[in-house]
Amino acid sequence: MMDFTKWVLDNGLEVIVHEDHRCPIAAVNLWYHVGSKNERAGRTGLAHLFEHLMFEGSAHHDTGYFAPLQQAGASLNGSTSCDRTNYWEVVPTNALELALWLESDRLGYLLPALTAAKFENQRDVVLNERRQQYENRPYGLALMALMAAVFPSGHPYHWTTIGQTEDVQAATLDDAHEFFKAFYHPGNASLTVAGDVDTESALELVRRNFDEIQGGPPVASVVADGDRSMPRAEVRILLEDRVELPRLYLAWRSPRLFGEGDAGMDLLGEVLAGGKTSRLYRALVLDRQLATDVSAAQGSREIDGWFCISATAAPGRELAELDEVISGELNNLADAGPEEIELKRGITQIEAQFVYSLQTVGGFNGRSDQLNAYNVYTGDPGFMIQDRARYREATVGDLRDLTATQLLAERRVALSVVPTGAANRALAGSVRAEVS
Amino acid sequence: MPRFPVVRDGRLSNGLALKIAEHPGPPVVTFRLMMPVGSASDPPGSPGLAALTADLLDEGNADRTGLEVHAALDAIGARLGTEVSADATVISLTTLSRYASEGLALLADIVARPRFDDADVDRVRALRRSRLRQMRSAPSAVADRVFIETVYPEHPYGHLGVGTDESLAGFTRADVFGFHQDAYQLGIATLIASGALTHDQFVASAEGSFGKLTVRQPTKGAVAEPMCFNDVRALATNVVLVDRPGAVQSELRVGHVAAARQTPDYHALRVLNTVLGGQFVSRLNQVLREEKGYTYGVHTVFDCRRAPGPFTFQGSVQADATVESIREVLGQMVSIGGDRPVVPAELDLAQAALTRGFARGFETAGQVVRGIGQLVLHELPEDSYDRFVPEVEAVDIGGVTAAAKAHLHADRATIVVVGPAEVVGPGLDALGLGEVILVDALTDGE
Repeated sequence: MMDFTKWVLDNGLEVIVHEDHRCPIAAVNLWYHVGSKNERAGRTGLAHLFEHLMFEGSAHHDTGYFAPLQQAGASLNGSTSCDRTNYWEVVPTNALELALWLESDRLGYLLPALTAAKFENQRDVVLNERRQQYENRPYGLALMALMAAVFPSGHPYHWTTIGQTEDVQAATLDDAHEFFKAFYHPGNASLTVAGDVDTESALELVRRNFDEIQGGPPVASVVADGDRSMPRAEVRILLEDRVELPRLYLAWRSPRLFGEGDAGMDLLGEVLAGGKTSRLYRALVLDRQLATDVSAAQGSREIDGWFCISATAAPGRELAELDEVISGELNNLADAGPEEIELKRGITQIEAQFVYSLQTVGGFNGRSDQLNAYNVYTGDPGFMIQDRARYREATVGDLRDLTATQLLAERRVALSVVPTGAANRALAGSVRAEVS
Repeated sequence: MPRFPVVRDGRLSNGLALKIAEHPGPPVVTFRLMMPVGSASDPPGSPGLAALTADLLDEGNADRTGLEVHAALDAIGARLGTEVSADATVISLTTLSRYASEGLALLADIVARPRFDDADVDRVRALRRSRLRQMRSAPSAVADRVFIETVYPEHPYGHLGVGTDESLAGFTRADVFGFHQDAYQLGIATLIASGALTHDQFVASAEGSFGKLTVRQPTKGAVAEPMCFNDVRALATNVVLVDRPGAVQSELRVGHVAAARQTPDYHALRVLNTVLGGQFVSRLNQVLREEKGYTYGVHTVFDCRRAPGPFTFQGSVQADATVESIREVLGQMVSIGGDRPVVPAELDLAQAALTRGFARGFETAGQVVRGIGQLVLHELPEDSYDRFVPEVEAVDIGGVTAAAKAHLHADRATIVVVGPAEVVGPGLDALGLGEVILVDALTDGE
């Protein structure tokens, strides 16, 4: 469904080209296999801060990354997750070389242009991003509390991508240089060019721009060194926040991306809370009207996973009432599994998502981004075929067994986010989470 | 230069207006039923009725309960969307091409034959009241509400689509049923389709469902006519502060009533906005983010509607930089039409960004039907997208300066700050823009 050709250059850069001539645009998508899980204690947030620095100019183009691309009619962006950092441009076909040249210059020649002034400016920007997206947003600190509790201290998913404020403040220009040398080199990158391009000439353009860049030291795999059986007992925590309605988050460790049971957990998310016919939406929002919303999702990550159910209490309702209903439905699923029709509905939803995701060639989750994701995580850009098959093969028994083994009440983290001054509205026995 | 996909106009046998653009690609189709009835058509004293009615459309009809509607949508992997803006209500549905007929049949029932059971009205109304309540603690939602209420006093645009708690509390099934009967009628609707089917396949599918519905006009007076909107009285500068004690940032809105989509200055405004605050390398983002580091990012927009819509600067800045940021914004609103006009390099960059990036706006069927919907809503000529590039290229520096003078008014801007009064209050007073009006975040529209 996505024809592609893949090469590996001598410097280690993996190159994927995918042709699609329906729209006169080309997508450049570049993944570096580095994310917040590669950070060390005391320097959390560095991978994301570094992503910002990549837009501030490089040795042969030291005036900011956006202007020449916006001049060419491009859209562009980048993002950082726990596992990878990606950068992309969507350009009119005739501006492909410009985008490749700029990407190669910041890969090969970033550091000579990286000044203290730029570093300090972007550190301020990131601290303001943190204020806007996390600190000053309702429920904005919940993810930090959850990650810290679900993944034990020492686990590389123990912290979030935005990092701790004091770590971001403590980061130095030297840290940025070191980070670049360790992780930003062709051998740790995957480049996809897609869209209205000719495969051979696209490869030629890539080689002209990237062949000269030196490879770097191999990046050691990050291992989930936290105890896989943690948490061993239920953890109940609470946050007071500037919110109107209390919200309950229930979270568990779960299979890693493409690991055994990962696809089944995605389907469980659909069965539990995918749309208005899902079990928890019906039970909590439609029938008993205890909650205003509910969601459930498998968070598949490269070396570990987590599964989270969250629901917001309707006015006048308490989180213990929500917990009782959710726990009851989980018990039912662990005993009997979902109905066949529920499983089929979940598979149909996910199948449709696969097709919808093929509509765009560039940008986040466009075809170029997916080819890189499959390449980085499995070594095979064409892994979508196997990925899809996983869902079709899932059975009612699989989902029953996954519920029974993964979503145990005695191994869950229960986070109550309650209005400031209403700690008594958290689940009984909750202790205050330490986040800021 | 790439052209917008060919759009073919037609009518179904019952008279419903139809616009179709074939769009080969992945086996996906998107439908958009566009009605030029939005929250500006909320009856006086009933803010939120249009949005509540739209929200209830998928809660069941003559043949199916709400759960059955959603089970049927799920069975074809469909995505249903409901958008209520000030000017329009749009119900959209995306599905796999092979389910186009089933999708259209479901969409037709949703749009035209809702059952509006009392219990569903009560439940959905309660959910919307909860959402309104949660918006009180979201700084961006508070800022949006206070801004629009201040800029458009006693005007059809002067409230958010969600309405107010007081009005929501009073709505009954009869209100919703009545609004649907009076306003949401197919006589003013357009069905727009695009995706991986042929024109004839689209028409045949639509005839089988939408073609069987009764097409009639809305009740006279039920739909707001932009021409009848009262003039917005010219405001003096207005500073409104919503206290959020201890907040680490201030959520800002600065702006005023500006232009309608039909304005002859539309393309000049697009260029002007791109230079001022419409893209990453705009003047305001460069200063406030890339030089000062006060914010994660800011932007400006001319929201051109059927009647004159607002120009808005928006951003969230660290609390101690609030007043300096406001000063910068007001200063730049003046200078771009005065002593710092757009220079050739800026004009060139803005025009190139707008014109060369045009093609990627029509990559998916969803983007195509959205684009067609804008033409229909604003009664624009069919070749508007093909004329966009030459129109933008024809804008010169004098045109941008003239547009700035005509449509940017720092001297009567409304400034909304949702932030910590103890930090920002003294500086706001010192700005000398007149009395700072304090508003409580816990009220909604009263």
